Order: sequence, then structure tokens, then C-alpha cells
Amino acid sequence: MANFFTDTPELKYHLSHPLMKRIVELKERDFADKDKYDYAPQNFEDAMDNYERVLEIVGEICGEIIAPNAEGVDHEGPKCENGRVTYASGTDKNLEATRRAGLMGMAMPRRFGGLNFPIVPYIMAADMVSRSDAGFENLWGLQDCAETLYEFGDEDQKQRFLTRVCAGETMSMDLTEPDAGSDLQSVMLKATYSEKDGCWLLNGVKRFITNGDSDIHLVLARSEEGTRDGRGLSMFIYDKRQGGVNVRRIENKMGIKGSPTCELVYKNAKAELCGDRKLGLIKYVMALMNGARLGIAAQGVGLSQAAYYEALSYAKDRKQFGKAIVEFPAVADMLRLMKAKTDASRALLYETARYVDIYKALDDISKERKLTPEERAEQKKFAKLADSFTPLGKSMGSEFANQNTYDCIQIHGGSGFMKDYTCERLYRDARITSIYEGTTQLQVVAAIRYVTTGAYLARIREYEQDETSSELAGLKARVVKMADKLEEVVAKVTEPKNQEYLDFMARRLVEMSAHTIMCHLLLRGASEAKELFETSAKVYVRYAEAEVEKHYSYIKSFEIESLADYRVAESAAE
Amino acid sequence: MSYKIIVLAKQVPDTRAVSKDAMTPEGTVNRAALPAIFNPEDLNALEMALQIKDANPGSTVKIVTMGLPKAAEVIREGLFRGADGGVLLTDRAFAGADTLATSYTIATAIKKIGDYDIIIGGRQAIDGDTAQVGPQVAEKLGLPQVTYAEKIESLEGKTIRIKRAITGGVETVETKLPVVITVNGSADACRPRNAKNVMKYKYAQTPSEAAQKPTPYAAIADSKPYLKIEEWNNATINADLQQCGLNGSPTKVKNVESIVFAAKESKTFSASDADIEGLMVELLANHTIG
Repeated sequence: MANFFTDTPELKYHLSHPLMKRIVELKERDFADKDKYDYAPQNFEDAMDNYERVLEIVGEICGEIIAPNAEGVDHEGPKCENGRVTYASGTDKNLEATRRAGLMGMAMPRRFGGLNFPIVPYIMAADMVSRSDAGFENLWGLQDCAETLYEFGDEDQKQRFLTRVCAGETMSMDLTEPDAGSDLQSVMLKATYSEKDGCWLLNGVKRFITNGDSDIHLVLARSEEGTRDGRGLSMFIYDKRQGGVNVRRIENKMGIKGSPTCELVYKNAKAELCGDRKLGLIKYVMALMNGARLGIAAQGVGLSQAAYYEALSYAKDRKQFGKAIVEFPAVADMLRLMKAKTDASRALLYETARYVDIYKALDDISKERKLTPEERAEQKKFAKLADSFTPLGKSMGSEFANQNTYDCIQIHGGSGFMKDYTCERLYRDARITSIYEGTTQLQVVAAIRYVTTGAYLARIREYEQDETSSELAGLKARVVKMADKLEEVVAKVTEPKNQEYLDFMARRLVEMSAHTIMCHLLLRGASEAKELFETSAKVYVRYAEAEVEKHYSYIKSFEIESLADYRVAESAAE
Repeated sequence: MSYKIIVLAKQVPDTRAVSKDAMTPEGTVNRAALPAIFNPEDLNALEMALQIKDANPGSTVKIVTMGLPKAAEVIREGLFRGADGGVLLTDRAFAGADTLATSYTIATAIKKIGDYDIIIGGRQAIDGDTAQVGPQVAEKLGLPQVTYAEKIESLEGKTIRIKRAITGGVETVETKLPVVITVNGSADACRPRNAKNVMKYKYAQTPSEAAQKPTPYAAIADSKPYLKIEEWNNATINADLQQCGLNGSPTKVKNVESIVFAAKESKTFSASDADIEGLMVELLANHTIG
């Protein structure tokens, strides 16, 4: 029996982090549910045991059902007829299995039928689902939307919709339009209040909507007539049972083919307002996107893991020149780096997930009672860490997924280019992860302020104080030097106070920060679980050191006047 | 209408996971190397029972299993997937039973349960491969039996229509309840364990498990009756000891022969672990074993 949880012990390591104690305590409100629900935990140990057992179920479903279905789903794909979408048959089976196993609404409170799981085990499930079929992760992972509905909807809406999500209905977030992609301020879908119907009516078109024929939609629409920016947008809930939204077509994509990407036409679709008017983009969608970005980070990590396992098994099996190709240093180098990147991006993913858990749980508690000053400080600290780490996790997780799936094909050689092996699907599926939910370039925009304000460096300096096993001390000293170099070039880039210069160098600075952080996380892993992470820590520090050096030397020798060479828009010759 | 369903399940060594360590040097089955699992076709049977329950609210599914005290694991597995309760039949007097003695014990326990509409078991267990226990239980209870079942076509009142696999096709039969059904491996696969059920029932124990190794939450187990798995011995079911276990088993193994394959081409394997492992993989792949 293939089990994607038990076959990858790295997952359990991340689940058992010391911060989980605080997360569980907050999330379970000191185990207030223990006598109210027969499946609520009695105490911390009981809660942790629950997470592990449920993740074992997820691992089994991933290994036995979702992964074996992935190829068929990729070939068959969803279909669109008469305005409705039908999934590939394998997708239906996957959904059925996850519903029956009770894995919808995992993070929702029990009073709506959820499991009340923290983000960490939920993201761990997403990690495994993505490894088995990244396209299916989109459908299953859209239960994220429930989180936003829970945060901003009113009690009546929560009762009506969240119970349905927990029972297995699917969701979608309808944001993008033909002329509003990265720039969501340009959303034009029109929301008008109808006195006659006593509700809002939505009219217009949305494009590139993942799972656009879902049961419950969160829709970003322009409620304030005459406005043109983000402040005129509100968030709405559209219930498919109401009718009024049809799927005009589904996209023919390069990857994640099992996940239907829809163009939606709204014709007087009845909808209800979620939260307050005008806060749609500036507050709710931002929250929604942050959650979704963590999901994409998990998708990247899962794909990296899949790519690594595929490459490893092929390299052990394939013989050339009389021996398995894994014995050739050129191949082994790629494999070790794939593993190191997987472990590094996963460490960053769960570090971020823990930060999100703490601040979200405190946020939620603050709706029930006033937080103590200590709790408020804790909330603020972790919210900032979560906000700063999320774009790092998303960008590095997705970029590494692309690199790893590329190397996976490389290790397969000519066979990897054929449709016969899983690696080509992984490669196609990975490609979107660095694009949707905000491209890597936009993650850099979100992250650069934490470079310039010194937030990353401050956290890095804290990591430097963590205990590391004595045999890793030499490695750690090298990582400290990386931070010194980062500090030096941050000063150089920020000093002239030139926005164009900063924007130009932003990605390099953000990557340097991310590499340094991931080195620390792997050093911590290697100190605590030597057999799992020592090799990856060593391999990653060597790799990251060279990457940091590369950016360092580029920035050091770059003269600000050279920016002129990159002004494509102004160049008459092009 | 609601139905009372009994699922017959057996804990078996996982003969599909056979490896070079499957046998001890003494020539007996190495149980440590073969994990104990829910017999695969009994899982198909459980799924069929749960589908009846889904379609007929108020129905209940009870697992009955006979085996060592650790076979309680099968009942927990059933609870995790949606069963409502279970009975473990365990007694030294039940040990060493062939199919005749096994079906006697199970039928006697079912008589004690008394109130039932449908009894469903797997076609056969992967350790003995006899496919006899289900039919024998039906005979002892004087009930109609439908073997090789694949799908319940309809169930209305006391009439059930079942599609069954036959050589070269399928056949649909109809009968009255109560009925004994044995399910083929081609029937729907069992649903996964359910997260809430796992959290709810993970501390369910039989009295002897509770006495030997109580859960860390023994105190709460008292206030939660669903955490108690019933455990019956020969006295509970008032069994005739002459018909149970080894006493009640006329089957005797006369001798065991090693089979020598008369293959035209021969291959040489050394006694190394790698060669033995390679051979096992090959034999499993071409379905010679497993």
C-alpha cells in the first residue's frame, strides 16, 4: 500500500515542531470542544495523534487513488457542455474519496462540520495531494476559500455555506478578468443592488477561473458605480443553486489539465455581499490570496517531491556503460540538489505555515474576547512574519518545482521527453506555479519591503542564535557570511534611493534572503534530525552560498548608470 | 426502511506482501514479516453494507470477526470506515478451526445477535482461499445465500436483487431477506477511513485490550459506550465445545508436498538476499505467487 505520508518521514518531522504546542493550544481554545464533539481531542498529545492519523489517511488516498488516477485525468481532462463542466472520471473518483474520508473543510471549526485542524497539517495534506496530482490539488485546495468566508462572512452566511463546504461542496474564487490579471484593480464585473430581488446582481465576464463551475463562488466585483480603482470593489458570494453564471469555455492548458480553467459569463446572477462594501480587494482578496499563495507553495513542494522520487527511481533503474546512471557523479549531483531544494522549500513552507497558524488563531480568538497585551504583541509579530515569509515560500517553492521537474526530465534523458513517463506531466504541471496567485515577480514586489526594512535580516540574525550541532558549526559560519554579504548589498542598493534601481535588483536581494533563511532552516533540521537532513543541509549551503555569491558579485559590480541598457520600453530600435 | 446488517470479516496475514522472510527457518509462516490486515474481499463486503446503510437511513452495520484478541483491529478498521459496532469472537476453544468449526462458531454468535436482515462477507480469505465459511453460515442459519455478489441492484422492503459474477458474465438474482451474501473482489472497493470516525473511535477497545493496555483516556472510555468493542467467548454464545476449534474440525492435513516446476529453461539463483529478493519480485510479477 503506497502511503505518501509514511514514505516521506520529512513530513512528520515538520509536524512535530515545538511551536505546534502553542498552535494547538490556541486553535483548540484549551480543548473547549472535548466534551462537545466525539472527535475533538482531549489534550495536546491527543490532537497531535489525530493529525498524524488523518494525514496517514490522506497519504493512503494520495498513494492509492489520486496518484494512480493522475495520468488518466491528464489525458481525459474536464469537458464543458451547455454551460456546465464535467470533470474527468478520475477527478470524480478523487473527489469522492476525499469527501468520504472527510477531508473537506479540514481547517474549519467543528460547529460547521470541519475538523478544526491548524494550517500546518492542512498544508501537509496539500503537499501530499500535490505530489500525487498537482491539478487535483487546485480543486481540493480551493477549500481555502472557506477560510476567507469564515473570516469575513456573517454568522448566517457561515452557517449556510461553510456546512456545505465541510460536507464536500467545492469552491472557486472568481477574480481574474480579460483585462484584470496581475492588476486586479481593473476588475469591471458589475454588481448592482436590485431592490426588486432584494439582492445583488452580477453581470460581466471572468476569465481563467479555476474550478469555475464550483458550487460556491467568491466573486470580486465593482459595486461602486463610476469608480475605477480597487476601492470600488466588493466581495460577493454566488451560490450555483441560484443560477445565472454559465461556463462559456474551458481553456486548453499546458499543464494541470485535470483542473478546469473556465471563462464565466454572469447574467443577472444573484449574489450576496460578503463583509463590507469597498473592502473586496484591499482587505478580503488580499487575505484570500495570502492563503492561496501558501497553497501554491505547497503545490510546488509536492511537485518537487514527486520529481525527486521519479528521478531517483529512474536513475537507480537505468543502466548505461554497464552501471546504473545514479552512480555517475553528474547525475548524483542533480539528484542531491533536487532533494536539497525540496527539503529547503518544504522547511520554508512549514515555517511560514506555523507563523500563519499562530496569528490567524489569535485573530480568531480576538473576535471572541479581548486579547491580552502579550497576545496582541504575539499576534502582531507572527502576522508580520507570515506576511513576509509567504511571498518567499510561494516564489521559491514554485521556482524550485520548475527547476526540479526540469532536472527530472534531464535525468530521464530521451525517455523523459516521451509521453510515457510521469516526469513530462510534472514538468508541465509545475510551470504554472510560478505564475498564478501572483507571479514570482509579484512575490518579489511583496517581499522587497522586508528586505529594505531589514525584517528578513533581523529574523536571519535570530536564526543565527539558534543552537546548531557542533559538527555543523563550520557550515553555519558560512551562512553567517552570506547574511553579511546580503547586508552589504542591501545597503548599496537602498542608499541612492532610486526606485528603478531597487526594482531592478529586488529579485536578487529577495533570493539572497530566501537562500539564507532556508540554509538556517535546514541547519536546524540537520541538528534535530541528522539522518533526515544532514546531507541536504550540506548540499544546500554549498549551493546557496554560490547563488548568494553570484548575486553579490553582480550587484557589487553593477553601476547604476547601466540601468539604461535595460530600458526596453524607451528603446526606439525595438 | 432500515436494515440490520452484519459484516463477517477476518484478520489475515497479508499474503500479497510475501517476501523472502515469509517463512521461518522451521518452515512455518513468519507472522512478523506478514502484516495482519483486513481480508481484502471482506472490505468489498463492508463497502456493500455501507452502501445499503447510506441508501437506507437508520440502518446499522455490525462487524463480526473471529480470531485472536488482536483481531479487534479489524473491528476498529470497520468503525473508521463507517460501521456502527462490532463483536470479536475470541476463545482458546475456537483456535485451530477449519471452515466447519468456524462457520459453527460464527453462526452460533449470529443466532445470539438474533436481530438481523442481511449478512455480508467476502467471498474468501486470502490465507485459506476456501470460500466455504459464508455458504456454511447460510446453511447453518437456514438462509438463502448469494455468492460472488458484485452489486445490490435493488432493495425494497424484504426483497433484494443482486448482480453476481459468473463464469463469462453476470447474473441477477432476487431473494427474500434475511439473506447471506458473499462478495467478489470485483465489487466496489471499500471507501477510505473517515477522518472524524478515526478520531472518534481510535480508542475503541475490547475489555481484554483495556485490561492489558488501557488507552491514555481510560477514564473517558467509561462515559463513551461507543468506545467499547464487544468480546464474546464460548460461554457468551453458549457454544458446543465439540463443534468448536480443533475439536470440531474434521479437516486434517495429510501431507504437504513441495512442488517442483519442470521448466524447460533454468535459471540459477544464489542464496544471497539480493537473488532471493529478485526471484520473489519476478514470481510476484508473473503471478506465480501472491
